[in-house]
Amino acid sequence: MKEFFHRRIERNAIGFVLAIVGVASIGGLVEIAPLFTIHETVEAAPDMRLYTPLELAGRNLYIREGCYACHSQMIRTLRDEVERYGPYSLAAESQYDHPMLWGSKRTGPDLARLGAKYSDAWHVAHLINPRDVVPESVMPRYGWLQRNPLRIDDLGEHLAAQRAVGVPYTDAMIENATADARGQANPEAAESSGVTERYGEATNVRVFDGNPSLVTEMDALVAYLQVLGQLTGAAHQETAGRQE
Amino acid sequence: MAIEKRDPVTGRVTTGHEWNGIEELETPIPRVVFFFLAVTTLFAVVYWVLMPAWPVGVTYTRGLLGIDQREVVMRQVEDAAVLRAAWTDRVGAAGFEEIMADATLMQHVRDTGRTLFIDNCAACHGTRGTGGPGFPNLAAGAWLWGGDPETLAETIRVGINSTSDETRVSQMLAFGRDGVLGREEVRSVAAYVRSLSDLPLGEADRGRIEAGKEIFAANCVACHGEDAKGSTDAGAPDLTDAAWIYGSDAQTVFTSIYSGRQGHMPHWEGRLSPVDIKLLALYVGTLGEDAR
Repeated sequence: MKEFFHRRIERNAIGFVLAIVGVASIGGLVEIAPLFTIHETVEAAPDMRLYTPLELAGRNLYIREGCYACHSQMIRTLRDEVERYGPYSLAAESQYDHPMLWGSKRTGPDLARLGAKYSDAWHVAHLINPRDVVPESVMPRYGWLQRNPLRIDDLGEHLAAQRAVGVPYTDAMIENATADARGQANPEAAESSGVTERYGEATNVRVFDGNPSLVTEMDALVAYLQVLGQLTGAAHQETAGRQE
Repeated sequence: MAIEKRDPVTGRVTTGHEWNGIEELETPIPRVVFFFLAVTTLFAVVYWVLMPAWPVGVTYTRGLLGIDQREVVMRQVEDAAVLRAAWTDRVGAAGFEEIMADATLMQHVRDTGRTLFIDNCAACHGTRGTGGPGFPNLAAGAWLWGGDPETLAETIRVGINSTSDETRVSQMLAFGRDGVLGREEVRSVAAYVRSLSDLPLGEADRGRIEAGKEIFAANCVACHGEDAKGSTDAGAPDLTDAAWIYGSDAQTVFTSIYSGRQGHMPHWEGRLSPVDIKLLALYVGTLGEDAR
């Protein structure tokens, strides 16, 4: 019988281990090597804002409730998507998303450009019972968001964790995270001025859930949904640049 | 070379190992597997050459075909716009009167307007534009700011109480919560307002109408007018018609007067093109046709 190459290598334990390591590292190299230059491949977005503590808390709720299972946040380079949702998504737009929430399945619509598209009141009504505003909807109800107070005492730690993976939160942002969350959900509060000071004039400072006296999970999730696609104008500029 | 052993039943070569009396046949991988492996590898190599594939430092291999999906999609969008330009140019240039008089253009308005409406407006106003509690019915012909196409287009462009600098602004004050009127006064004016559109009133409410009329004259006429027919300048609703945004039951009307209302319609300038806004204004104008 012919002595195959594979038969030879299978019978040499050290050689076989080395071969496995060699082959597996090719796969690793292909996935990891481009990350070393990622700062140069992600488009420049100098106007990019950071998620406020309240929006970050909303993002965590988005993950907790599994919204990503039915909603994507990625407008692909396909004509029907661009015409329906707006400019295709850029890498820069999710540079502060840890983890990214691009999603891979759409039972509901894409949410990448949802921010500022509907009113807060609509989001609240829709999350409490989607059928109230969209009769044909199959989305579950999320009524408890309106009742649950948001946990805000640990938001500084969430910001610090994001900073550890590269989001440029400052010390002042981390220190004032809890106050900023309260301030963003109630423009009447003394704490609200610090929010726009630290996170930019374009930040939404509103009573998102209609109840100014309590910061609820509804406040956080609606604040997050209202900022989707609003953190930078880079995608609109890119599209406009190509149209010329 | 290991000792070659053959399986007595099939006559084929075994691996030479024996596990508790069981021996394993050495069956080679079928040739067809190698064939497809070779074909797919060849396909991959051709693909690498033709299409963008490998990251190289800060750039990547662009491929001989020079395909860029972002360019492809932008070209598709432009091509589609050129196809539509035959009539969108006319919609963009013509006045509303002129478009409404043109049956062919209005057919385009209905078809394209419907898609635009479903994608952007239906979430709040409903797929047929009939709205719901808190979201105005666009098919009722009861307009807060005016129902002619020019006004509708402007409302869509700047929104109502939106984040646009040019937004239309309107607010129903919280007469009860802010202490302007007492609870009984709010009840009275609610009874009067409900009597204006001939809603069924309870015994107690019927007795409040006269008092409510006076309170209305003192507090509400600035926006809603002496005849309570509202004002499209202030975005104040007509209180004598059958259209109610938040509901016409006594409790809801009480809440509206006691806690105030401030609806919010987002502005669509920037999200929708001027022609799209024009199409939507015209389409919204057609929504009531079925009902009337």
